[in-house]
Amino acid sequence: MSENVLCVEHVTMQFGGVVAVNDLSLEVNQGEIVALIGPNGAGKTTAFNCITGVYEPTNGKVDFMGAPMVENFPQGNMKKMYLGEHNGDYTRKLNPTPDRITRLGIARTFQNIRLFSALTVFENVLIAKHMRARQNFLSATFRLNWAEERRMRRETMELLERQGMTHLKDERAANLPYGIQRRLEIARALATEPKLLLLDEPAAGMNPQETQELTDFIRQIREEHNLSIFMIEHHMDLVMQISDRIYVLDFGKLIAEGTPSEVQNNQRVIDAYLGVADDAEN
Amino acid sequence: MKKTNKRGSFIALICVILMLALVVVLENTVPFTSMLFTVLKKGAVYALVVVSMNLLNGFTGLFSLGQAGFMLLGAYTYAIFTIPSDVRDSVFYLFGGSALHISFPEMFESVFGSTGVGGAISLILGVLLALILAGLVAAFFAYLIGLPVLRLKSDYLAIATLGFAEIIRAVFQWDKLGPVTNGANMLKSFPSFTSFNLKDAGGHVVLRLSTLVPFVVATLCIFLIVLLINSSYGRAFKAIREDEVAAEAMGINLFKHKQLSFCISSFFAGVGGALLAMYSNQVQAKVFTAAMTYELLLIVVIGGIGSVSGSCIAAFLYIAASEWWLRGLDENPFLGIDAPAVFRVGLRLVVFSVIIMIVVLFFRRGIMGDRELPDLFRRHKKAAKEVAK
Amino acid sequence: MEFAISILLSGISVGGQYALIAIGYTLVYGILRLINFAHGDVFMAAGLMMVYLSASLPLSVSVPLMVILTVALGFAIERIAYKPLRSAPRMSVMISAIGVSYLLQNLATYVTGGLPQMYPSIPGLSASVTIMGATTKWVTVVTPVLVVILVVALTQLIDHTKVGMAMRAVSRDFETAQLMGIKINSVISATFIIGSFLAAVGSVLYFTNYRSIVPLSGAMPGLKAFVAAVFGGIGSIPGAVIGAFLIGICETIIKGSNWTVFSDAFTFALLIVVLVTKPTGLFGEKATDKV
Repeated sequence: MSENVLCVEHVTMQFGGVVAVNDLSLEVNQGEIVALIGPNGAGKTTAFNCITGVYEPTNGKVDFMGAPMVENFPQGNMKKMYLGEHNGDYTRKLNPTPDRITRLGIARTFQNIRLFSALTVFENVLIAKHMRARQNFLSATFRLNWAEERRMRRETMELLERQGMTHLKDERAANLPYGIQRRLEIARALATEPKLLLLDEPAAGMNPQETQELTDFIRQIREEHNLSIFMIEHHMDLVMQISDRIYVLDFGKLIAEGTPSEVQNNQRVIDAYLGVADDAEN
Repeated sequence: MKKTNKRGSFIALICVILMLALVVVLENTVPFTSMLFTVLKKGAVYALVVVSMNLLNGFTGLFSLGQAGFMLLGAYTYAIFTIPSDVRDSVFYLFGGSALHISFPEMFESVFGSTGVGGAISLILGVLLALILAGLVAAFFAYLIGLPVLRLKSDYLAIATLGFAEIIRAVFQWDKLGPVTNGANMLKSFPSFTSFNLKDAGGHVVLRLSTLVPFVVATLCIFLIVLLINSSYGRAFKAIREDEVAAEAMGINLFKHKQLSFCISSFFAGVGGALLAMYSNQVQAKVFTAAMTYELLLIVVIGGIGSVSGSCIAAFLYIAASEWWLRGLDENPFLGIDAPAVFRVGLRLVVFSVIIMIVVLFFRRGIMGDRELPDLFRRHKKAAKEVAK
Repeated sequence: MEFAISILLSGISVGGQYALIAIGYTLVYGILRLINFAHGDVFMAAGLMMVYLSASLPLSVSVPLMVILTVALGFAIERIAYKPLRSAPRMSVMISAIGVSYLLQNLATYVTGGLPQMYPSIPGLSASVTIMGATTKWVTVVTPVLVVILVVALTQLIDHTKVGMAMRAVSRDFETAQLMGIKINSVISATFIIGSFLAAVGSVLYFTNYRSIVPLSGAMPGLKAFVAAVFGGIGSIPGAVIGAFLIGICETIIKGSNWTVFSDAFTFALLIVVLVTKPTGLFGEKATDKV
């Protein structure tokens, strides 16, 4: 039951002399909703980018469904500049491009929405089906893939129906209200048929009511698509309500992990969020 | 939805057939020396080249300026493989004859005969084969060039492709390759559009088809491009144009798809280059300059970046204006106004560039924006329906 | 030996002339992230203006007047063709630049009637001089010296004046600079003015060497200067200058051999090699894209 889906092991991401993510290790199990929280600039999105192949981590390893997916160790100039730990533990360079990772079954949304804004809602979702199709450009041009094309369109329609977006299908994505854009981005990610969904601040800019709707929506898609969900979020209501476990990141380092109630009462987390009066301690 | 789609394709098919029929009728009724046919022929060729450029720049969002280079490859490939063997030595006389001795039409003539129907079949098949080969050669070079340059960002890609086009041009002018390319001299005497006019035994033209040929080839190629754009791959291209990072997150392999778009675009640029060679009866490397690419790019902009029908309309308008309507600007009395100081060589292009700048600055969406002709009708219908309500 | 020296000399001289154009590219790219395709044509226009001005005016008047007019041209191009597109996608601005280039070339064809124009000979620059046995024009000697003086002056300007500081700020971060109260439009205008001024000086040197001007005279030197700017690391002034000298020298060597056809192609081959192996050029800075 508690099958391990994502396992991040000692991942460090260093830009020049700045360590953005420092020795991060975490796990997401089958069917779990896990949240990654932390103050602004803690390195949460960088961590996401390391998992999804946008960046190659400087050191460390990421396993997906029990198989190694990303792995790297300090090379070239970085050998001398590396400031993190576990130097030498990893010796393999494995960094697939983001599209390969999506193919493996990890889909994501973006902090600042990245829809194909000139295209319609329907096309936005349909594009996600492209990757799993067996056609090539000749068969697609000469319409020899009509059966597959029809299936892709049908599945897209079904997905939009389930999200209650059928009536919007011919709208340009750019013309949608903000909240719907967020949901469309999630729908588009779901269309890639992921096993793990990464949400980068899904509730950013939403009012309490929209946040509540989103909470239900996330629960619903987990059930319907048999997903594990890993998300970055600042809305504590949302995080505390639906997360099974929470990881807290501060200055690139993991400072706490546990169930919502454990994290809520963790002194280091409170310090990180509220700030510590350094001189008062001395 | 499905039904209107089918009806739409049917209407489009009828329109195309009517257009081709009209071209044949016009050519055989209007005196063939009329500027109209220059415009139609060159316009059709340009329409194809501009649409292929739009596939890359407008639909995939890759700002490439290598178009003239790929056209050059196509034009030379076509010429080299179709020059009849008996005139080869006179064309290549500066280099003591040609190194290659293949002529596709003659190859087919050995099967179908060289006179009458057999001759016609040989000509058609030979030219067709040469056109396809022209496209393939351009696409192959695009593949090689794409390997390093498609990883570059927008403006670097532009300058790198421009550079490749210049390198190709230099290579084709190199005298060491003279026996193949005829160096900096022109290639000529290959089958052109007028070779397709039907003649009787006495050599008199019975039926003029020289305008139909570029129309058929260009229509077919543009049709293929439209099919591609409306397929799943076309959608993937548009996704890349809209947002590369998001497209990659949707599982689209950026490099593979960019490479595909680049090669297909170059294939059709190659075919277009071959057609241009047929149109002008000659090929010379010095014609395919960066200025030609700029001209094509500006036509794309006038038509609307991301609109196939816009590109076609703009191509014909541009050629009509530059070859015909505004030609008079270059000669003194223009529209009866006598001002030799104003109306002299070059004014036409100045007027042209001013119009282009106005389009670029104030009508950035061009004639069609990113819409297609059928969209306009659809909108009208929708509006009519709303009024009816 | 004499041959080698004369090639080296003319290489350095051509390189210096490219350098003056290349700075215009690199400054504009540093600030607007725009390949100013029209810059080479501004250079050509400067040459043509000199031809027409010197026909009726003495050199002491026509040279400064030409410089002023070129600067005005550069300024006007920015205001008319680039400024309205400030918020448009980068591709639109680049297309606008290509449009301006097309316009300038066609205007030049119209004005000259398509006939090559002879550049006036400038006493002092056109005169011959013999260095280590190699005979050349004075301009060959003057160019590198002038380039060094101008580059030093320019780096002083950028490092120690208020305009220079604003330029550096804008090239770092366009939006933030704007929020900090920097008048973005005047900084951009200043950039174009400096670029055009250097192009005007470059045109005097270049066309004293290659005296025939046609409408396309600016296109090739322009592209080569751009390659030089990329080679040196776009945005870096010393980079552009070093890149330009290297390209100028390589080019004259190739022209002196029997590979003349490839003298232009070589520059582009170099460009592609640089872009593929080290896209940031010799002195460029690496940037990471934020997702």
